[in-house]
Amino acid sequence: MSTHAVHHAEPGAFQKYFWSTDHKVIAMQYLFTGMAMAAIGGFLAYGFRMQLGFPNQHVPGIGLVTPGKYNALVTMHGSIMIFWVAMPILIAAFGNFLIPLMIGADDMAFPRINRLSYQIFLISVIVLLASFFVKGGAFGGAWTSYPPLSAKGAYNLTPIGASLWLIAVALEFVAFLLGGINFTVTAMNSRAPGMKMFDVPMVVWMIVLASIIFMASAGPLIAGAVMLLFDQTMATGFYDPNRGGDPLLWEHLFWFFGHPEVYVVLLPAMGIVAEILAVFARKKLFGYKTMLYTAWATGVLSFVVWAHHQFVAGIDPRMANIFSVTTLLISIPIAEMVFLYIATLYGGSIRLDTPMLWGLAFIAEFLIGGVTGIFLGASGTDIYLHDTYFVIAHFHYTFVPIAIIAVFGGITFWYPKMFGRMLNETLGKIHFWGTVIAFNVIFIPLFMTGVAGDQRRIYSYSQFQEQMKPALVHLRTTSTIALLVMLAFQIIFIVNFFWSLRNGEKAAANPWRSTTLEWTVPSPPPHGNFSELPTVYRGPYEYGLPGRADDYWPQDAQN
Amino acid sequence: MWERYLTGASTYAHDIDHLFLLIGALVGFWLIVAEGFLFWLIFKFREKEGVRTQHVTGDEKHLARWISIPHFLVILCDIVILVPAIMVWYNIKEYTPPVDQTVRVFAQQWAWSFQQAGPDGVLDTADDIRTVGELHVTVNTTYRFELMSRDVIHSFAVPSFRLKQDALPGRTITGWFRPNRVGSYDIQCTQMCGVGHGLMAGRVIVETPQDHAAWLMREANPATAGLPTPSQTALQPTPAAAMEGMTMAEARR
Repeated sequence: MSTHAVHHAEPGAFQKYFWSTDHKVIAMQYLFTGMAMAAIGGFLAYGFRMQLGFPNQHVPGIGLVTPGKYNALVTMHGSIMIFWVAMPILIAAFGNFLIPLMIGADDMAFPRINRLSYQIFLISVIVLLASFFVKGGAFGGAWTSYPPLSAKGAYNLTPIGASLWLIAVALEFVAFLLGGINFTVTAMNSRAPGMKMFDVPMVVWMIVLASIIFMASAGPLIAGAVMLLFDQTMATGFYDPNRGGDPLLWEHLFWFFGHPEVYVVLLPAMGIVAEILAVFARKKLFGYKTMLYTAWATGVLSFVVWAHHQFVAGIDPRMANIFSVTTLLISIPIAEMVFLYIATLYGGSIRLDTPMLWGLAFIAEFLIGGVTGIFLGASGTDIYLHDTYFVIAHFHYTFVPIAIIAVFGGITFWYPKMFGRMLNETLGKIHFWGTVIAFNVIFIPLFMTGVAGDQRRIYSYSQFQEQMKPALVHLRTTSTIALLVMLAFQIIFIVNFFWSLRNGEKAAANPWRSTTLEWTVPSPPPHGNFSELPTVYRGPYEYGLPGRADDYWPQDAQN
Repeated sequence: MWERYLTGASTYAHDIDHLFLLIGALVGFWLIVAEGFLFWLIFKFREKEGVRTQHVTGDEKHLARWISIPHFLVILCDIVILVPAIMVWYNIKEYTPPVDQTVRVFAQQWAWSFQQAGPDGVLDTADDIRTVGELHVTVNTTYRFELMSRDVIHSFAVPSFRLKQDALPGRTITGWFRPNRVGSYDIQCTQMCGVGHGLMAGRVIVETPQDHAAWLMREANPATAGLPTPSQTALQPTPAAAMEGMTMAEARR
């Protein structure tokens, strides 16, 4: 907090929008890039779901989905949605926008590292998108990129796409390592006077925790990615069993990162939902410290569960027992966390505005994702369910609440602060119901096809008699139609988002009557945020205190 | 269990199905209770004119109970699930029952091929039978399989057997199965293995001992292959798709 706000001069347009070090502008860069990537990721899902629902027909906008094209569609859908949608929006966009505003700082601790982080991220986006247009097309070896398939062009037939994919992922990791350092340092060092560790709003804690988990887990995968790149381009043999390498090594390195990654995106989403619940239930979070400890416990445990992705991968079968135990252990803190969220509603005064609908939907849907995970963590049932559509349905019941539902919750909640206008409530509610109902109709059938034996990443089931029963064919078609409905409802969001930028009702500084610091500055916040840096007197969720006129007591109000 | 959607055709199919039902009952209970409580709270504590929200921290003893009791119940449920889960896993993946026959399963882009003992009953002799796309086994016989890959990672999945095992290049992975129902069942590859992944189909044909012996003789003496045999009529449904898969697999090689 070296510079005082008044020293910030208003920069020119190029400086302001393309070369800015302002955390809010960088947040918007991440947000809009992430939303554009989400549109691409959704389009890819449309492509392969059409092939599954209506096999071997011309798909408008994509053409005939050949096996090679199908593989590229599923690979890129998974990679984009995790690395280029969930991470930039949940961690980078919300982290950049919220952390300084919520802790009472004028900017991030390292503004220029922040700018560099986005620029590297943008390069990773360009590299990834370029891979669609190279010879052989985009990488089609699944987002897990297991060698030897990913290591040799002769096997995957997309030699350039495979390397570009790997380079893009590595660049994206660099961007988020820089961002993670920045978030952690800012939250630790730049808090307003009086803001103790347990006065920090939950979402800031969660983003910091997620950054720490990411930074601690990314190293092995980056090392693995470098070795894989050498295998691809310099004919080394790190993963080639004919030359003493071992493909299992990649699986371990990948999943040592890959499982903590789930919690890297989950925790910020949980944080966003915590803020929404507190404000719209007018309640102090139920057991703030317990919530924090369960989040820490989840983070620590997430490092010792990775091999549950490899139960049947050819590891020593005795290992599965250990990882089955740790995997079910992680259900304890996560379940407790969800209980705390539900208990927060107790005794509240609940207003069902659009952000709250998203927040409540997150809990309701994430519960389904959570309990279905038990079937997969239990090694006995995983033998059968591994790599079936049951797995796909399960993780979409976690990732869609995380990267779609919680994100919409966050956007609708902080939109007034970000852009100074209110979103249209009616359009918001139509969009909510259309999205959430369609989402369930997409994935409940997929639980059933998975249980009935549909394996993943198969472009057509016509080869398999057992999977061609009419009931299963209908389920696949239902799922596809529901996806089309869900995608169509996103148009309402886009219209609402851009129409309200100019025409929405002007937002007051604190439209939701909230307690945290970002609501004490004008909407949108000026360059430098606070005209006078605030002092914090109390915790972030003081709602409904007896004997006060208002039912909320802002963190910076002296009395 | 899900007979309508998928048959169980091996001895451990029902172990896995029962475990699935047990977990389903337990987590289903939790899901209903949690969702019910969530919706009840939303309904009960809707904003009302003149009713003020309550200020509680959640650290009060009488309220913290609402978290700590479910917390211990979750631990209990985890244990109730873990014990049978590990038992099922142990029986299928760690323990091998006395073996009657051994088959070798080779995965490659994008076909399954099999090697099993010929009429002499000994593997690695001149009369070994090698097939592509089709594995013929005898019902109620315990098979040990040796799974190998010739190129990339594949996964050998027979949904009706509830059998799944990745094939890794450079290793031989063993396992077992004991078919207990005559019929013809799909083999799917379930690890992304390249462009032909979705086409990498195969069939397991579970036969009675007589049919299997007849098939063996026919395979061992190709001269008589053209003659109709009891096994061809006994095989219902006819493995037309499997034959198609076989020719496709061969065409791609």
